[in-house]
Amino acid sequence: IANSYNRPTLIQLQNTREEEEEQQTTAQQEEQTKRWEATELEEEHVHDAAVPPLAGDPPAADPPSPPPSKDDFQEELVIRPLHSGDIYASFQFRTVWDADFMGDQKVSHYRLFPKSLGQVITKFSVRELHISFTQGYWRTMQWGQPYLPSPPGAELWVWFQDTVTDVDGTWKELTNVLSGIFCASLNFIDSTNTVQPSASFKPLGIGNVTDHSFLRYATLPREIVCTENLTPWKKLLPCGSKAGLSVLLKSEKLFHSTFHSQAVHVRPVCQDPQCRTTSMELRQTLNVVFDLHTSGQGKREWSLFKMFSRTLTEACPLASSSKVYVDVTDNPQGEQFELSPATPLLTQAVVLGDRRTYSVYDLTQQASFGSSRSLNMLLRWKMLRPLLHSERYVAGYGLQAGEIHTLIYNHHPYRAFPVLLLSAVPWYLRLYIHTLTVSSKGKDNRPSYIHYQPSKDRERPHLLEMLLQLPPNSVTEVTVEFERALLKWTEYTPDPNHGFYVGSSVISALVPSVVAMDTNSTLDRPLFSSFFPCKEEASYFMRVYTEPLLVNLPTPDFSMPYNVICLTCTVVAVGYGSLYNLLTRTFQVDEPSPGLAKRIANVIRRFRGVPLL
Amino acid sequence: MGLLSDPNRRRALIGMLTRLNAPICMICYMAGVAWFMGLAFEPFTLRTYMSENAMGSTMVEERFPAGERALATGREFAAHKKKTGGMPVDWLVRTMQARGLEVYTQRFSRKLPFPDEDKERYMVKGTNVYGILRAPRAPRTEALVLSAPCSPGNENNQAVGILLGLAQYFRSQIYWAKDIIFLVNEHDLIGMQAWLEGYHHTNTTGMDWSPLQGRGGSIQAALSLELSSDVVTSLDLVLEGLNGQLPNLDLANLFYAFCQKIGVLCTTQGKLPRNDWDTTSGYSHAVQTMMLMVLKQASSRPWGDHGLFLRYHIEAASIKGVNSFRPYKTDATTVGRLLEGMYRKLNNLLERLHQSYFFYLMPSLTRFVSIGYYMPAFGLLALILLLRALDLWVQLSSPPTRTTEDGVEVVPASPGVLSILTPLVISHLTGVALYTLPVLSQELAVEHFPVSETEAVVLTAIAIYTAGLALPHNTHRLLAGEGTEQGWKVLKLVAVLYLAVLLGCTALINFSLGFILALTLVPLAAFITPHVPKTLSAVVMVILSPGLTLLFAVFFFQELQETPVTLQEGWMLYLSVISQGILDHALYGSLLYPLAALLVYPCWLLFWNILFWK
Repeated sequence: IANSYNRPTLIQLQNTREEEEEQQTTAQQEEQTKRWEATELEEEHVHDAAVPPLAGDPPAADPPSPPPSKDDFQEELVIRPLHSGDIYASFQFRTVWDADFMGDQKVSHYRLFPKSLGQVITKFSVRELHISFTQGYWRTMQWGQPYLPSPPGAELWVWFQDTVTDVDGTWKELTNVLSGIFCASLNFIDSTNTVQPSASFKPLGIGNVTDHSFLRYATLPREIVCTENLTPWKKLLPCGSKAGLSVLLKSEKLFHSTFHSQAVHVRPVCQDPQCRTTSMELRQTLNVVFDLHTSGQGKREWSLFKMFSRTLTEACPLASSSKVYVDVTDNPQGEQFELSPATPLLTQAVVLGDRRTYSVYDLTQQASFGSSRSLNMLLRWKMLRPLLHSERYVAGYGLQAGEIHTLIYNHHPYRAFPVLLLSAVPWYLRLYIHTLTVSSKGKDNRPSYIHYQPSKDRERPHLLEMLLQLPPNSVTEVTVEFERALLKWTEYTPDPNHGFYVGSSVISALVPSVVAMDTNSTLDRPLFSSFFPCKEEASYFMRVYTEPLLVNLPTPDFSMPYNVICLTCTVVAVGYGSLYNLLTRTFQVDEPSPGLAKRIANVIRRFRGVPLL
Repeated sequence: MGLLSDPNRRRALIGMLTRLNAPICMICYMAGVAWFMGLAFEPFTLRTYMSENAMGSTMVEERFPAGERALATGREFAAHKKKTGGMPVDWLVRTMQARGLEVYTQRFSRKLPFPDEDKERYMVKGTNVYGILRAPRAPRTEALVLSAPCSPGNENNQAVGILLGLAQYFRSQIYWAKDIIFLVNEHDLIGMQAWLEGYHHTNTTGMDWSPLQGRGGSIQAALSLELSSDVVTSLDLVLEGLNGQLPNLDLANLFYAFCQKIGVLCTTQGKLPRNDWDTTSGYSHAVQTMMLMVLKQASSRPWGDHGLFLRYHIEAASIKGVNSFRPYKTDATTVGRLLEGMYRKLNNLLERLHQSYFFYLMPSLTRFVSIGYYMPAFGLLALILLLRALDLWVQLSSPPTRTTEDGVEVVPASPGVLSILTPLVISHLTGVALYTLPVLSQELAVEHFPVSETEAVVLTAIAIYTAGLALPHNTHRLLAGEGTEQGWKVLKLVAVLYLAVLLGCTALINFSLGFILALTLVPLAAFITPHVPKTLSAVVMVILSPGLTLLFAVFFFQELQETPVTLQEGWMLYLSVISQGILDHALYGSLLYPLAALLVYPCWLLFWNILFWK
């Protein structure tokens, strides 16, 4: 009841907002001339849901039609990603005909307006007719408000002309006829489930009728909606399901969804701003919510083909306007997701009290279809671009030297901010601190503070700390070369060929904040927001850890240490020892040993103190 | 050592060595060749076995189900490739993103030193697309790579399909401990080189590439998949990488183990393992397999996209699908299961693959020859050089005295340093010219002769090579006057020792190359003197020169691959092999061309010099 009660007031609200919006949009156009096409005014009349336009000319794009009965057809599809990750697609087909069904001369020549409905309207003197078939319940808490609400099952409410004398009889007859037209069980509507609301269901078209005795309202909650209801509904369209947006309405996909609702609304609307004459408006709407999680990928990406198993190839040739809107409000800078093909056309509209931004595809323009002659919009979520992130890797090859690269990304579009980089590198990677380079955007970036503590073998690691200024939207690269040390054989881990770890570098930063930070006491703040003390309003503290590194060191073959030791010792002992011997020894020919007499003589001479022989 | 320090015994030993020098050298040469041929004989080789505990004992179950879907993806990839006329970057990015990977691209461009006529490219521009599957609860320290090339034409579409299929399947598994990088590289090795250089932020070859945005830490192992048909009869394992580097043998063992488990025919060098080792045909089959591996390794070029990983100490191999006329076929699901199994085992690794051999030859996929077994073959050949050097040293240290008519003994003057240095310098200058001029002078050559740039480079190289034959033995006379008997002996001693060091170092890095060079250069170094018949020796020397060795190797390789070529085709192939060698050096840093031009060829020129010593 609340829903229906709100309806008239809501429309009026929207009405006044529209005026405001026009003023705002002109201001906005000046602000953002690049992004906003000058299609504003043309777009807006699409959203003047129920009331005659207050300002501006009637649509100029009407096709030339014979003057006595001018008719016009528009089609439109709105796609809106919902917060739950589901996709909401809402079709609206609007036929406006300047014929007076209630007039004296009988309307017999139909062009765009479906004859079956026209005859019903004429015969039963229907002033307004609203009928909806819905399968599923709209989950407001997950999905927000729908563009066109409807209850589960079937709903029918009709305002009859005040010329009708037997309203109940006509109502009974009308429901039976509609039952036939839509292949639905509307014939089960009788006096037991029909009411005459006194306030909620005011006419949505022109005319201030207050006598609610001409209103009948009924719902059939048990009504099950399926293909047999969709087909007659599609037959009411001028292009059927042959061309235009209606080619997407394939029942196997529409009924493979979490919510499906189709409706027909007939009402009189003003023909021109002065409201001198009236026209009949037929609005056919179809709302569907797809849950793309269940249909495979488990991703929030969608495309027309994934949802409808069809792509768009042309507009309905009878339509004066044929557009597809995609809600891109959550993606103002284009950083969240990417919509392809891209369209330059954007429009804003205030719906349900919320200003939303839409990308517009105009199907009457051949350019919308591109070279492939088919339009398959698809949305991809982009990788997040956090303000600060980092990456680290070991460059180079071979087991002698290497280079540690640390990349620090600042994705802030215009603010530079300082970071502190700390790396602690184990001693077995001997850093060559003279090779330390810091560069951003191809230029040298001198750290304003460097603290370096060299390592001591087997005692303490290298400590390198520096204060860097990250230019906006840049990558800062810190590189330092190192040499891999040869460890003592007892110092290797049991799995030396796995490599040796170098712990994460730590980047501490004061990142500029978009919102003012609360620098007051942390007492009453939630625990998760009060860990890092906040000193400034304009920035917040943040810490980023890089990946750890796995570095291979030169490793002896431990699989046969015994062999290695034995072999080395043998080679050294035998080869080197004897070679050294050969090279350093002087060779002399031995003199033959002296005879016995000579030796005795020498002994005697030694005693005498004279030189030996 | 007592033997050497005793002058008498030393004299006796030296005397024996100098007297029996020639027969001992002959025996060594024959023994070296025989040893090498024996390496393919099965009883002398070892059966392969898995050394790595982390991969050996754990069991994994392969469940990859979606081969058909992977092939459909491959066909879709092919269609998009055809439409874009190259790498369908957008489609790949979308598809990988849809499979839940973190997707990045890398652009690269490279101007080749001269047009590559085999692959028809000169200015190369391309994009690599890779997606990283982040392992749950892992800190991005380790990664595995699976790559498939985006080749022109209809090649390797199925490989990309299976890669994407595996990505999708792997994404839904919880057991990964290492990030898995799925890489589709454009322009085969150039793209791979760009990606690896980007990943490791090095630039060894002057390529332009955009820096990588995402990494997965240190890469532990990589497989490159090449598959061009929906079903395969067998899978071929390619191991030979840049500069003759090989991955750890455990990677080959892993592949073989899974082929056995799943029941897929697997080959290496395109040859199935056979069991009839005791028959002649069985033995010759093993010899052929091993010779193919030796020739491929000696060529120093990467024989698959995996070849460039090895420089970064990443164990890598290529797996190629072969579709021949055999009746028994393997479908894509089975290939996917095989890869899944291999990746799950690699995922279990605690350390890098290091337990098994890095230096080996494979006479079949089930047998291997380790470095300890094949090195003696080379050692026997190198021994000849040392024996000749010893002989020369002895001759020089006890110069034969000539007695003149007056009865005065004249000791011939020891040759001046200049007479040795001059040929040495000139030979090396020729080598430098051979290394630099072909690429530098291509424009000049194209202006004056009706040849393309590639032909110009190759023909200039051949021209300089031939011109070098005339150069050194004329100039040394001009500079140093008449050569003496002592002079050539000193020069030969230097040359022989030079060759010994050169071959020794080469064989340690790349055994196959060292052995092939030793096979041709050692006999030449052993017999050449100024006193042998000039014309005959000159012909023999030219036949044994490095350039013609390459020509013979080309014919031999074609013969082994069972695609024999005519002389004309062989010659064309030879020219293209030279241009490929120069390109490999410029593009990937293969060392064969500089080694041949700067060291081996000058060394050979020294011997040429000795032959024409006056």
